[in-house]
Amino acid sequence: MNSAQQYIDLYASQRDLICHHSAPVMNAVRDAAMEQFQQRGFPSLKEERYRYTDVTKAFAPDYGVNLNRVQVPINPREVFRCDVPNLSTHLAYVVNDQPLFERDIPYVSSLRQACIDHPELVVKYYNKAATGLALLNTALAQDGLFVYVPKNQHMERPLQVLNLLRSGVDMMVNRRVLIVLEEGADATLLLCDHAMDRVLFLTTQVIEVFCADRSRLDLYELEETHTRCRRFSNLHVHVGSDCVVSHNSITLYNGLTRNTTDVVLDGERSEITLNGCVVADKRQHVDNNTLVDHRAPSCTSRQLYKYVVDEEAVGAFAGKMLVRKDAQKTDSKETNANLCAATTARIYTQPMLEIYADDVQCSHGSTVGVLDEQALFYMQQRGISADEARLLLKFAFVGQVIDSIRLEPLRERLHYLVEKRFRGELNKCTGCALCK
Amino acid sequence: MLEIRNLHASIAGKEILNGVDLTIRDGEIHALMGTNGAGKSTLSNVIVGHPAYEVTQGTITFNGQDLLAMKTEERATAGIFMSFQQPIEIPGVSMQQFMRAAVNARRKALGKEELKATDFLKMMRERRKLVEIDSKLVNRSVNEGFSGGEKKRNEIFQMAMLEPTFCILDETDSGLDVDALRIVAEGFNRLRTDETSALVITHYQRLLDYIHPDFVHVLLDGRIVKSGGPELAQEIEDRGFDWIKEKQ
Repeated sequence: MNSAQQYIDLYASQRDLICHHSAPVMNAVRDAAMEQFQQRGFPSLKEERYRYTDVTKAFAPDYGVNLNRVQVPINPREVFRCDVPNLSTHLAYVVNDQPLFERDIPYVSSLRQACIDHPELVVKYYNKAATGLALLNTALAQDGLFVYVPKNQHMERPLQVLNLLRSGVDMMVNRRVLIVLEEGADATLLLCDHAMDRVLFLTTQVIEVFCADRSRLDLYELEETHTRCRRFSNLHVHVGSDCVVSHNSITLYNGLTRNTTDVVLDGERSEITLNGCVVADKRQHVDNNTLVDHRAPSCTSRQLYKYVVDEEAVGAFAGKMLVRKDAQKTDSKETNANLCAATTARIYTQPMLEIYADDVQCSHGSTVGVLDEQALFYMQQRGISADEARLLLKFAFVGQVIDSIRLEPLRERLHYLVEKRFRGELNKCTGCALCK
Repeated sequence: MLEIRNLHASIAGKEILNGVDLTIRDGEIHALMGTNGAGKSTLSNVIVGHPAYEVTQGTITFNGQDLLAMKTEERATAGIFMSFQQPIEIPGVSMQQFMRAAVNARRKALGKEELKATDFLKMMRERRKLVEIDSKLVNRSVNEGFSGGEKKRNEIFQMAMLEPTFCILDETDSGLDVDALRIVAEGFNRLRTDETSALVITHYQRLLDYIHPDFVHVLLDGRIVKSGGPELAQEIEDRGFDWIKEKQ
C-alpha cells in the first residue's frame, strides 16, 4: 500500500487539533492542499523529478507527530552552540518545527505571529507555489518562521536559524519558512540542521522566498545531522527584476536528503546563483533537484554542484534550465562535478536544458571522476600518506564551492568543517555539548 | 646509502629493467645516461615506489633497510626525493597545504615535532629564495598554471623544504632554458651536504656542467653497460651512444 494513506488518515482524524494549534491564515489552505495530495499521493520513482529517491519508502515508517505542540523540554542555548567564529548573527532556534526566540530579532517572527501582525502578507505569499511534497507540508505545518524585510531595508546582521531535531521517539517534523523581501531590501540567512537524538527523523521543509525588484538575498543551508535522518526540502524562490540571489546548500552529514529547488526568474536582469556541496559516505543518500525557470529577459543563472561520494553512498543531481520564449539574452550555466572515491559509491547526474528563446547563452555539463592517481603518487612521493593525500584531493574538489561563499567567517568555518568531515571527525555535530 | 642488486622490473607485463646493479655511497653524485626507452625513468620510479611498476627480481637497500618493502610515502619520509620529469598539477591543493603536510610527515619520521605555523611560513620564505621562486607561486595551487621552468624550480624548492638525503633528478634539465637550468642546478648545489647523494638522470652533458657527477653510468636495454668518471659524459656528448652499443 502507498504509505501516503497513513498521512491522509492522520489528517482526517487530527484536522481539528492541527488547526487548533495553528493560525487561521494557515488553516485556510490546509484542506485544499490535503485534497491535492490525496489525489496524487507520493511521487513515484517513475516520475521524472523523483527517479533517484524513493519517497514512499522514506515516509513509510510510523513517525510520531507533535500536533499538540508540546514544548520540547530543552534550553537550546545550554545544549547547543553552532558557532561560526567571528560571525555576528541573530540567532533563532527551531526545535523540531517550533520556532523559539530568546529575544526579538528584527524582521523575524514566527509564522503564527505573522498571521496576526501581517495577515495580508501571509495571505498573499503563503503556499503560493506548493506542489508535490510541499502540499503535505502545507496540510500538516502548524507554525514556522517568517522573515519580512520592508522596502529598501537592510538586515544588518545575518539571521542564523538552528533547526534542532530532538525526540525520544521516531518523529516527523514539518518545518515552514516564508521569506518576503520588498523592493530594494536585503537579507542574509543561514539555516543549520542538527539532530540531537539517534531516533529516526523525517523532516519536510518548505521555504518560500519572494524577492521583489532590486532585492538581494543570500541563503545558506547546512545539513549536519545523522544517518537516521530523512530530509525532504522544497525551496521555491520567486525573483523580480534586478535582484541578486544566491543559495548555497551544503550537505555535510545526513541520512537521506532530497532538496528540491525551484527558481522562477520573473523580472529582467536578475542574477541567481545556486551552489551545492555534498559529502557522503556510508549509505548516505543525497539528491539535489533544481529547476531554474527563465521567464524574463536578460537574467543570469549559475549552478555549481559538487559531490564527493565514498563507500556505499549515492549522490544524485538533476537540474533543468528552462528558457522561455520571452527570456531573450538569458545567460545560464549549470555544472555538476562528482568525485566517486570508491567503486561501491554511485552518482546519478542529469543536467537538462530546454530553450525556447533564440538569443541566449546556455551551457550545462557534468563530470564523474575518480581521484587522480598521478596526483596521489606525487603527494606520496613527498611523504604524504595515501590517506592524507586522498583527503587533500577530496577537500580541494569541494573547496571550489565553499570558496564562492560571500560571508568570509562562514567560508572559513565550512572549510574547517569539511576538512573534519573528510577526516572522519564529524560523526556528529561540531561544537555542541552533546558530543562531549 | 643505496644499493641496487640484480634489479628486474616490469610495467604492464613488459620487462624494462633486466639486472641493474648500482651502489651509491654517502655524498656521491651519480649520473645516469642512456637513450630513450633504456629504462632510466623506470629505475627512478622503482626506487621511489611508483605503484605501476612491478619488481620481479632483485633487491634495493637504502641505509640498510629493505626499500622494496616500504610504501612510497615511507621511502619519501626516510629521505628519498625525486624531482619529477613532469611535475603534477594539483588544482585546489595549495602549495602551503601540500608542503606543510609533506614537511610534517618528514619531521614525524625523524622523530621531530610538527612545525608551528609561523615557523613553517618562515621556512617557506627562506627556502624559496634558494630557487628564486616568486611568493605568488607558493600561494597558488600545486604547479597549477606554472610554466615548465617554474615547475622545475618548484621541484627544487620542495627539495629544499624536505631536506632529503638521496635525490633523484629525473631529466630536470628537460624543457629548461640556460638561465633556468643554472638557477635550478645552483639551487641543488647549495642544498647539497657531505651526506646527500644523488642520481642525476639526463640525456645531455649540459646539466653536468653545473652538477658535477662523481660517476657516470650508461643504461642500455635495462642494464648498466658502462660506468666511468665524469669524462664518460663528455665522451657521450661527443660520440653519442652508438659506440657503446657496438661494443656490446
